[in-house]
Amino acid sequence: MMASFAQLGNDLYTGKRSFDIVGRRKTWMVAAAGLVLLSIILLVTVKLNPGIEFRGGSEFTVSGVATTEQQPAYDAVDSVAEGQQPRVSQVGGDSIRVQTEELTDAQTTDLKEALAEAYGVDVNSVTSSFVGPAWGADVTTKAIQGLVIFLVLVTLVMALYFRHWKMAVAALIALLHDLVVTVGLYAGVGFEVTPASVIGFLTILGYSLYDTVVVFDKVRENTEGVLEQTRYTYAESANLAVNQTMVRSLNTSVVGLLPVASILFVGSFLLGASTLRDIALALFIGLIFSTLSSIFIATPIEVALRQRDPAIAEHTATVLAKRAAAENAAGEDDDAPVTVGSYAGGLRAGAHRGQAAQPVRRKSRR
Amino acid sequence: MATRPPAQSRPSSRLILLGVLVVLIFGSIFGGTKLSDASWSPNLALDLEGGTQLILTPQTDDGSQITDSDVQQAIEIIRQRVNSSGVSEAEITSQGGTNIVVALPGEPDEDTLNLVRQSAQLRFRAFLYQAPPGPIDPQALDQALAEQEEATQEANPTDGTEGTDGSADTESAAPEEGAAPADEPATEDDAPSTESGAAPTTAQIDEAARKAADLDGDGEISDTPTTEPTSPSDQAWITEQDWYDFYTLNCTDPENLIGGGGDDPAKPLVTCATDGSSKYIVGPMEIPGTDIASASSGMAYSQAGAPTGEYAVNLKFNAEGTATFKEITERLRQPEMVSSQRNRFAIVLDSLVVSAPSVNDVIPNGEAQITGGFTREAAATMARQLSFGALPIHFEVQSEAQISATLGSEQLQTGLIAGLIGLGLVVLYSLLQYRGLALVTVTSLTVAAGLVFGTIALLSWLMGYRLSLPGVAGLIIAIGITADSFIIYFERIRDEVREGRELSAAVDQGWLRARRTVIASDMVNLLAAAVLYFLAVGSVRGFAFTLGLTTVIDLVVVFLFTHPIMRVLIRTKFFGGGHRFSGLDPVHLGSSVTAYRGAGRVLSRGEREQALSIAERKRAARQQEEAMAGAVAGSDSDSDTKDGQ
Repeated sequence: MMASFAQLGNDLYTGKRSFDIVGRRKTWMVAAAGLVLLSIILLVTVKLNPGIEFRGGSEFTVSGVATTEQQPAYDAVDSVAEGQQPRVSQVGGDSIRVQTEELTDAQTTDLKEALAEAYGVDVNSVTSSFVGPAWGADVTTKAIQGLVIFLVLVTLVMALYFRHWKMAVAALIALLHDLVVTVGLYAGVGFEVTPASVIGFLTILGYSLYDTVVVFDKVRENTEGVLEQTRYTYAESANLAVNQTMVRSLNTSVVGLLPVASILFVGSFLLGASTLRDIALALFIGLIFSTLSSIFIATPIEVALRQRDPAIAEHTATVLAKRAAAENAAGEDDDAPVTVGSYAGGLRAGAHRGQAAQPVRRKSRR
Repeated sequence: MATRPPAQSRPSSRLILLGVLVVLIFGSIFGGTKLSDASWSPNLALDLEGGTQLILTPQTDDGSQITDSDVQQAIEIIRQRVNSSGVSEAEITSQGGTNIVVALPGEPDEDTLNLVRQSAQLRFRAFLYQAPPGPIDPQALDQALAEQEEATQEANPTDGTEGTDGSADTESAAPEEGAAPADEPATEDDAPSTESGAAPTTAQIDEAARKAADLDGDGEISDTPTTEPTSPSDQAWITEQDWYDFYTLNCTDPENLIGGGGDDPAKPLVTCATDGSSKYIVGPMEIPGTDIASASSGMAYSQAGAPTGEYAVNLKFNAEGTATFKEITERLRQPEMVSSQRNRFAIVLDSLVVSAPSVNDVIPNGEAQITGGFTREAAATMARQLSFGALPIHFEVQSEAQISATLGSEQLQTGLIAGLIGLGLVVLYSLLQYRGLALVTVTSLTVAAGLVFGTIALLSWLMGYRLSLPGVAGLIIAIGITADSFIIYFERIRDEVREGRELSAAVDQGWLRARRTVIASDMVNLLAAAVLYFLAVGSVRGFAFTLGLTTVIDLVVVFLFTHPIMRVLIRTKFFGGGHRFSGLDPVHLGSSVTAYRGAGRVLSRGEREQALSIAERKRAARQQEEAMAGAVAGSDSDSDTKDGQ
């Protein structure tokens, strides 16, 4: 199976086999737009569920406890308000601090009783109060400030590196898609947003750009002298680049996903709600879509943008005209319709006409 | 035939460099454990290790009400102190709307605890001197001394940032974070900003500062003013000791941005701007913050009452403050003050300069407006700082207790188990995909893991870095990104072989191309890390640090380990010969592309002899001939060159 995987890589590289990714960009755009729309709907209807760190919540202090184990507190919270992710810690020698999301008055009373029972103390030894957000507004403001500056800088850097601003724009669009979809689907799953998940989203930001840069680097390499030849159009060269990096993209995403998936599943099954699960879910969704977007969104958008350049448009027209002329000259008996798609992977073994006149190489070796 | 890339440094030299790096890192930790308090395991953050929790209640001396925004401001001040003091991953929250809960990881020392407990005060002080944030540059000292003479004697024209309106109750000011420092006339302390060449050592700075501060040239640094100051804005306030402190002060060092109050209101103060953008000498206190009646932010209005489109902070003093402020503005409007650019006062919060506006008019009614390039948020922040300062606030410690980790220890354990399982899966997958090359992947990952561990242990000793659970998760994610560098490299080698290069040339050429991609993509991550690290606070900052660290180590490992190892391995028979399980055999490398059969050495061993290039076949035939003919004239090398042509 692996040999065939390697063979696939070889075929994709030479263009013997080719996925027409750039040519069918409308399909991907519609799919991506649908996903983004779905994410926005999820964000509007289901909404993100910010955790204690962002909203503040209720804090209970149980003093004079017999045992400082934390599990009874988790169980008590679960019995009163299910699905919550309380923060439990031991304070001093004989106190337990439990922080939960904001509870109703009835729930507060219930939880006080449950905690008193769980730790074998009088209800009066359990005090409750409101606790403010640990992740204050200033933390968020500064993080957003940092993000905006980062995006501006990275656009500049990419525009300089690729020597074309359209690549930077395409990478940014792919990035926004990844971010919206990741956050939207995260909201859809209904996990609480904790600082850990925010950090997961930020990681995705970096990874999405990282992955796109790798693919674009190949596109840049393949299209370097594209205007100086008339065999392939810009779109076909770019498509070849995507195909040539496909095996890399697959391998990388599998390698990246394996540890994340193992944290996600181990984290969910063994721990229930936990910081690990939050960050792993954010990363799991984000990694998948970052890889997909670098293949199906970034390059197609970049090609769509670049084809508006007069030079590229003219070149594409020239190539297609030459090709049509060659088709006609080659004889009317070849009635297979020639589409751009069939050329999208560069040379098709046995189909290119340029070497058709050359002697056929003998199959058996000496 | 394939063209060889330009000669590269020998693999061994790079491996030696890596070895030196490893020895340096682990050697320093070892030295640290023996001589200092370093430890082999990294420090853990609040969520994994627990720490100390302080509950503080802000209280006013005069019994006035504390509002929510005061508590928020108090939290921000404490956060500024804690973050600047290098304690990472602290958690600061409000509790019950009136209390502030500060949780510090590990066992914070007494200094850190005091820092949190100290009260914060706002004071208006006279402005005496301002300079760029760096310490004095010894190299430019001689020139500096000459210019200092001029600066203290000669009057300089004011900068052009001031407003032009002349209304009696309006004051327009240029906050110093704008263009003001750049417009400052050349004084001796422009010298640090024109630093060139190597950075001066602490001793050099100390000596230079000593020389520059010793105004009367008696070799002693006195701490009394040489002459009696005539007004709070008189530079005679500045003692030699103050000058010395000022010259050595480095506001780019976060340690000097901690604040923490404790400044003597009767004496001049040498300090930094809150954001570290410049440093100041300010005079004694003129108005205490408690004399502020109210402060608000909003649009600035011109004399005619039309909005100017600028944001402004409106400040109102109480009766006492109004009287004093009138005197101050009268004094600051005197021509020699304006001409020497000392027509400014400084707003000092928690002993750091929030702003040092200049005064345009005498303000008799105690209602001042501060303008000058504010954004809406900046104006609101300053208004909040001013209202906070109106309260003589101090923090009362309600309780101080040890707290356990907020996340159970089982979380860390499970996380590590999950990480190990993930790592195992990665190894399995690369074995299937890259066979023998998986050895390179696994050893590279091991080297990377070792470097990360060592660096984190080293940094938690040197910088107080603490590893939180998100940090651990970030490290596990880094496995994927690090492995990607190898994947890019391997795929590029395959690509080169598909293009028809022989194996060892493909390793070199593939490296040249992969290197470019790896650097470009890692730069994106590094940029993200750097921006977030410098701008964000709290756990985002910790994350940014981890991201940056793993990215740098990824680069180090790829350059100093993976590539050199590949070049070493390609010389072996197993890899260089393209053994079936080496990951470099023909099927894996796509030599089935018939057009490129000619690149003989690509083929597996069995096929090799049958698929030699024309030159090689001729040479073999010739050699056979020669061997059969015995010792005939004509050396091998001669025949080689002839054949090659």
